[in-house]
Amino acid sequence: MSATVIGNKSIKELLDKYTFAQSFLEQNNLVIDGKEHLTMKEYLASFTVEEAEDMALDPHTILMGFEEYIQQMLSFLGEDKSDVESLTINAGKDKTGKQESFGSFTIKTGEIIAIVGPTGSGKSRLLGDIEWVAQRDTPTSREILINGEKPDFKWRFSTSDKLVAQLSQNMNFVMDLTVAEFLDLHAESRMVENKKDIIEKIITCANDLAGEKFERELPITSLSGGQSRALMISDTAILSKSPIILIDEIENAGIDRKKALSFLLSQDKIVLMATHDPMLALLGDKRIVIKNGGIHKIIETTKEERSMLKEIEAVDQKVQNLRASLRQGEILKPESFN
Amino acid sequence: MNLVTVSGPPSSGKTAVILKTIESYQKQEISVGVIKFDCLYTDDDIVYEKAGIKVRKGLSGGLCPDHYFVSNIEEAFAWGQKENFDVLISESAGLCNRCSPYIKDIKAICVIDNLSGINTPRKIGPMLKSADIVVITKGDIVSQAEREVFASRVSMVNPKAIVMHVNGLTGQGSFELGTLLYDKKLDTDNLKGKELRFSMPSALCSYCLGEKRIGADYQMGNVRKINLEK
Ligand SMILES: Nc1nc2c(ncn2[C@@H]2O[C@H](COP(=O)(O)OP(=O)(O)OP(=O)(O)O)[C@@H](O)[C@H]2O)c(=O)[nH]1
Ligand SMILES: Nc1ncnc2c1ncn2[C@@H]1O[C@H](COP(=O)(O)OP(=O)(O)OP(=O)(O)O)[C@@H](O)[C@H]1O
Ligand SMILES: [Mg+2]
Ligand SMILES: [Mg+2]
Repeated sequence: MSATVIGNKSIKELLDKYTFAQSFLEQNNLVIDGKEHLTMKEYLASFTVEEAEDMALDPHTILMGFEEYIQQMLSFLGEDKSDVESLTINAGKDKTGKQESFGSFTIKTGEIIAIVGPTGSGKSRLLGDIEWVAQRDTPTSREILINGEKPDFKWRFSTSDKLVAQLSQNMNFVMDLTVAEFLDLHAESRMVENKKDIIEKIITCANDLAGEKFERELPITSLSGGQSRALMISDTAILSKSPIILIDEIENAGIDRKKALSFLLSQDKIVLMATHDPMLALLGDKRIVIKNGGIHKIIETTKEERSMLKEIEAVDQKVQNLRASLRQGEILKPESFN
Repeated sequence: MNLVTVSGPPSSGKTAVILKTIESYQKQEISVGVIKFDCLYTDDDIVYEKAGIKVRKGLSGGLCPDHYFVSNIEEAFAWGQKENFDVLISESAGLCNRCSPYIKDIKAICVIDNLSGINTPRKIGPMLKSADIVVITKGDIVSQAEREVFASRVSMVNPKAIVMHVNGLTGQGSFELGTLLYDKKLDTDNLKGKELRFSMPSALCSYCLGEKRIGADYQMGNVRKINLEK
């Protein structure tokens, strides 16, 4: 549908046909009350020159924008929701210009890949390559394929349809809203249908991950660090359409990290995680070792490592128990460690 | 030479984003200069100089900074040509959210940050609505959900724009932004006759001209009264 077609439809017709058009009018501060019968063009023409100047309103731009918005929403709503099944990294060059030796590496949904390497080695650059679906046009000259094919460039620029969701270390909530209001807002921007159920599900899962439970009516800014992380993970896993999740080290405090990861995987995501924590690194199926800007090695977690994982988890569990005891105001004794 | 106009609310991260983007050009040997427009004060010129970037600044003082921009951009452009830049970037702080220093056929970038609140996109006029690229900064501080909600609000007021996330501290996303900024084919010889994308307000009242006294007797020109009735 072109801008002229939209311009010639009555506002009522547009709102009936495209329920999402309401938010466009709202966000552009266009008050319709009682003018639904006008066509969009008539409505925009109903402002005097002075009013239009006051509102900094350009009818042509609004019409063009409205058309673009409707097109974007239609294609967003019409899309198959889970169309990413694999991600392939084709080798590029390290910082000295030397060819990376791994050839090609494919990650499938449901896999966890850890990324390890010293500071400045190029971990973030690798994550950046994935987010930008690099086509040999970044400093590393790597190429990223989706489902084995050259990707659609929509991944680079779409706001509703990002390839990658990120959870990073020092994230916070800054909005002045309760947990429920906040999730409602997010669900709205994602255009989900069964909003209520989804919000309940997110809160339940978040409470399952968090050390301490929280209420839906609590302001998000007053959640503890652990609760915030739990809510972010639960929300990202359930509401974000992005098939790939990048994690910059999930902090230990107040959240069950193993549960969090398996929860993300249960939502058919690909998880890439920069970490130095042995438990998390070994939870991954494979780990990418970065050195000097290049992928130096790709190591599959060995059987032996997996068996060590049990011990590491046991130690981790003990520390968690100690933490829980401290929280409860108990006095720790040597036997608390058993 | 390419001209790129960068605008955005104060402290939204314009300088940080421009610096990181220029850094990503260094290997490609693209030479970039910056002209900074502000109202009362800026030390951005020092920041750019420190990074080895040629810079000039203009303070509008008692004038509207965007009016000042239009009246001086031609001279700034000539300076850039004399310096043989491939790209001249103008940075200006949008102060009243009404105006924008964007010129037709000249790339326009609006930098806005995630911390400014989800109702901010609808409060900003042409500076946001008529930009070609909207760069959202400070994503490192907020949750994925907040980034998504914020970006969707930006897209709603400017559906045609490319919306990108750039981290002004680490530079994540700046290389990618850089690939969208410079295009040899978009070289311009001069600005004469080019037009602003959106007209500036027609306000001109006695206070614009230096009047200080309060009272109806002293108000002349384009005066409008507030309506306090319900
Ligand atoms: N955490 C974080 N801080 C940022 C980011 N981008 C910019 N900043 C910080 O925000 C502050 C303001 O950034 P500037 O680049 O000076 O902002 P500006 O828009 O140029 O400001 P004026 O030119 O004074 O209007 C600085 O302290 C930056 O370090 C970002 O992505 N994340
Ligand atoms: N293959 C490469 N070729 C050229 N430059 C590279 C390459 N890989 C990384 N770089 C550059 O090296 C710098 C450091 O990389 P990066 O920020 O990704 O490191 P990091 O491992 O994330 O570090 P930290 O642990 O401190 O976060 C960046 O400027 C990045 O663009
Ligand atoms: Mg990094
Ligand atoms: Mg600045």
